[in-house]
Amino acid sequence: MSDWPLLSLTIFLPLVGVAFILFIRGAPEIVAQNARAVALWTALATFLLSLMVWAHFDPAKGGYQLVEQATWLEPLGIRYHVGIDGISLWLVLLSTLLTLVVIVGSWYSVHERVKEYMITFLIMDTLMVGTFCALDIVMFYVFFEGILIPMYLIIGIWGGPRRIYSAFKFFLYTLAGSVLFLVAIIAMASEAGTTSIPEITRHEFPVAMQMWLWLALFASFAVKVPMWPFHTWLPDAHVEAPTGGSVLLAGVLLKLGGYGFLRFSLPMLPEASAFFAPLVFALSIVAIVYTSLVALAQTDMKKLIAYSSVAHMGIVTIGCFTANPLGLTGALVQMLSHGLVSAALFMVVGVVYDRIHSREIAAYGGLAERMPVYATLFMLFMLASVGLPGTSGFVGEILVIVGIFNVTPATPAIPAQGSWVALLAATGMVLGAAYMLWVYRRVIFGALEKPTLAAIRDLRLNEVLAFAPLVLLVILMGVYPSIFTDPMIPSVERVLAEIGASSPIRAAAVAP
Amino acid sequence: MPALDLVPLLPELVLAAAALVLLLLGAASERRARPGEGGGEVATVVTPLVTAALVVAAVLALVLDKTPATVLGGHFRFDAFAAVLKLLVLLGAAASLLLVGSYQEDERIDRFEFPLLALLSALGMSLMVGADSLLGLYMAVELQSLPLYVMAAFQRDRLRSTEAGLKYFVLGALASGMLLYGCSLVYGFSGTLAFPELARMFGPGAPGGVPTGVLVGLVFVIAGLAFKLAAVPFHMWTPDVYEGAPTSVTAFLAAAPKLAALGLALRLLFGPFADWVPQWQQVIVLLAVASMLLGAFAGTVQTNIKRLMAYSGIANIGFALVGVAAGTREGVEAALVYMLIYLVMVLGTFGCILAMRREGVYVEDIAELAGLSERRPLMAAALAVLMFSLAGIPPLAGFFGKYFVFMAAVRADLVWLAVVGLLASVVAAYYYLRIVKLVYFDPAAEPFEPPAAPGLRIVTALSVLFVLGFVVVPGPVFAAAKLAAAALLR
Repeated sequence: MSDWPLLSLTIFLPLVGVAFILFIRGAPEIVAQNARAVALWTALATFLLSLMVWAHFDPAKGGYQLVEQATWLEPLGIRYHVGIDGISLWLVLLSTLLTLVVIVGSWYSVHERVKEYMITFLIMDTLMVGTFCALDIVMFYVFFEGILIPMYLIIGIWGGPRRIYSAFKFFLYTLAGSVLFLVAIIAMASEAGTTSIPEITRHEFPVAMQMWLWLALFASFAVKVPMWPFHTWLPDAHVEAPTGGSVLLAGVLLKLGGYGFLRFSLPMLPEASAFFAPLVFALSIVAIVYTSLVALAQTDMKKLIAYSSVAHMGIVTIGCFTANPLGLTGALVQMLSHGLVSAALFMVVGVVYDRIHSREIAAYGGLAERMPVYATLFMLFMLASVGLPGTSGFVGEILVIVGIFNVTPATPAIPAQGSWVALLAATGMVLGAAYMLWVYRRVIFGALEKPTLAAIRDLRLNEVLAFAPLVLLVILMGVYPSIFTDPMIPSVERVLAEIGASSPIRAAAVAP
Repeated sequence: MPALDLVPLLPELVLAAAALVLLLLGAASERRARPGEGGGEVATVVTPLVTAALVVAAVLALVLDKTPATVLGGHFRFDAFAAVLKLLVLLGAAASLLLVGSYQEDERIDRFEFPLLALLSALGMSLMVGADSLLGLYMAVELQSLPLYVMAAFQRDRLRSTEAGLKYFVLGALASGMLLYGCSLVYGFSGTLAFPELARMFGPGAPGGVPTGVLVGLVFVIAGLAFKLAAVPFHMWTPDVYEGAPTSVTAFLAAAPKLAALGLALRLLFGPFADWVPQWQQVIVLLAVASMLLGAFAGTVQTNIKRLMAYSGIANIGFALVGVAAGTREGVEAALVYMLIYLVMVLGTFGCILAMRREGVYVEDIAELAGLSERRPLMAAALAVLMFSLAGIPPLAGFFGKYFVFMAAVRADLVWLAVVGLLASVVAAYYYLRIVKLVYFDPAAEPFEPPAAPGLRIVTALSVLFVLGFVVVPGPVFAAAKLAAAALLR
């Protein structure tokens, strides 16, 4: 079985489901039912396949595994080249899991164009997994950029009242960032003479060239993450996207930025990364503190979670650029944790939105009376978002913060840089606790007074099923994180070795 | 060597013979038709025959021996470059004619002269890509252009159509004048018309450096060709002609003639002036930058879909010229790949535009597409795929075209050109996205009538399949471009 092209199967299996759905004919109700069923089985099979990928993954190795290569765009020197390491493994699993969760979670809540809905989400699955598996830089870009098409359609077709504005903003914003990345890809591929990611990583770029390459990459990843001040598309996109769209947007798409930093910026351009690390720290700090404050002022639940996402991803970018094992592992765990928790929180909002069609915090209150299961789940994810020990949120944040303390000043002019970054990042977490606990109190506690809420019903079976894996994973990752960190560590060590001990960023980290 | 070896000229001979025979046939049978009634029946016979002639000529171009050979006193040349481009140009012209379907009939302009003019223009295009002297160049360009002027004014009882024809003709004549003036300057300063002779004079190791007169002449010739390509600042005619001409004509002139003009430009720039890259590069860079920016920005405010396609065409020529500006073999390949992909996309898009018919009237307002996805899901999906591809979003074909031209530019140290081009493509993405938005996000307008012509459906479907499938099988397109570029840069 191990000689099967496991990764390619995982990537392209959803497209088989798409082909089946395309051929469904009949009355609209029947079509919708069958489309849902096909999408469910396809997503489930894809998820199981990705679990097999995990089973075949050797956690002791740091290099790329399950590598497959084939000729593809011969004249341009571009090959079909896929493989995973401890960094991408979890993101692949996250993508397949969240696709499944979305399809289960939207079983009853999507009634319009069900067939197209399922098709776009399955295509998303293919593109997301493909992005994380790609070991050819152009292939990566093809998947990375291709995601824009289904996401544009998801926001625009099934979104809220301002969906058109948001869809355009999302598309053009990310496209503008990405085209600069494309120029950088072309330049890197021409300079290194190959498009293979492992080989480009081995190539040493001249420092002057690294600087502008880094900025071009940054333009793309900073928009994706998103980092302040490039985050303005995110609240709009999240608020207007349907629940499923928000889940994948927050759960997986934002991770593309962090993944890009870890896969491209750091190992390929170590000198530039060291040079720009203070900039990243500064922007991340602003993101954490500023967006936390903004979140505090929100009256729309989805917007609040969207801003909290920006703050949480700030922790990820800090972790990436600490360039030490703790920080990098922390950034990865934080990405996974945020992928699960923010996805779950968007679903939490989606559940009540489906029932009374309002995202205003003021429209709710006292939900604990009629929705005890819901209140419990909301509490768990809220606490995970805050970073309570015992949940996944805690592990990522503590690792990153310890990681930052290990960063001694890269530039002597800024004394004890690491401690300051850690202090300010921790401030963001305090603010995070404030806005999350506050929103929870306003929505769940108090008396159930609003007439619109009088008949609200608790979670449906499909919703419980959709939440179940997320609950399990959030607690598992909080209680026993080694399951997740063990396979990461060899790959993280490899990335650090690629950054190279000679680079100042690394030297700073290992110096006493 | 025989005195008159016409074998390499077989595709053109087939086209010319078909044109003459069908002209006689048409004229004879129309006279028999009752006076006052159009030659509708005649046109329905002539159009498929013309299409068949184009396909036969294309196949001939494909199977002929590709060893370089000159014909007609050295004015024309047949090699792999000519073969590949003839194949594409003729198939593109044939596809445009298939798209016409019942348009001519519905608009009451179903005269048999229409396919014949298209055939003559295609003959000109076929000669253009094989031109090997300034005289051949000029004659071929004129043969291609004159029928197009008439075609643009084909709907002679409609003001917009006649206006389009007149504008096209006047500006086209100006461009021809510049072209001819440029040719005369080059001839005056070099004493020869033949490309190989010019190549020897200005090739490596040639004495005397760069004569200013030849350079000025070359710039004039480039300006004349830029007019045919609709590159800024010689694009003025494009939006009006695209909008005013009957849609069947717009579909024809948006596709094959562009590729033929680019082929001719490549022949000229990489033939006799291949060693003058620094001299002509800046001109091409200027044309490319101006076209990309103007096409991108001006397109954003259009409400008529044919006008929009005109600006989209201007922007796309800019992208193709980025490849030319690189001045390398890779750049030539990239420009050819780009234009091939563009040709296919534009044919598919016009397939959709020609299907926008409601209660017997062809509509051109972009807003009419609103909610198409609810009534005509297949056409909506086709249009969306083509728009995303035109916007250059992977994994669709349009992305690979852009990737290749910008790669050529970056490798030729024109990084800034690539950055400008890609940012322009972000701006242009807006108007393609707007069409997708109308089609998928907006509430439904009245449905369109289903297109009657199977040809239109087939061409559109093939175009969409190509755009979607390119990512899986990209090899043949690149192989063809490589072959052509190798023959050009001998």
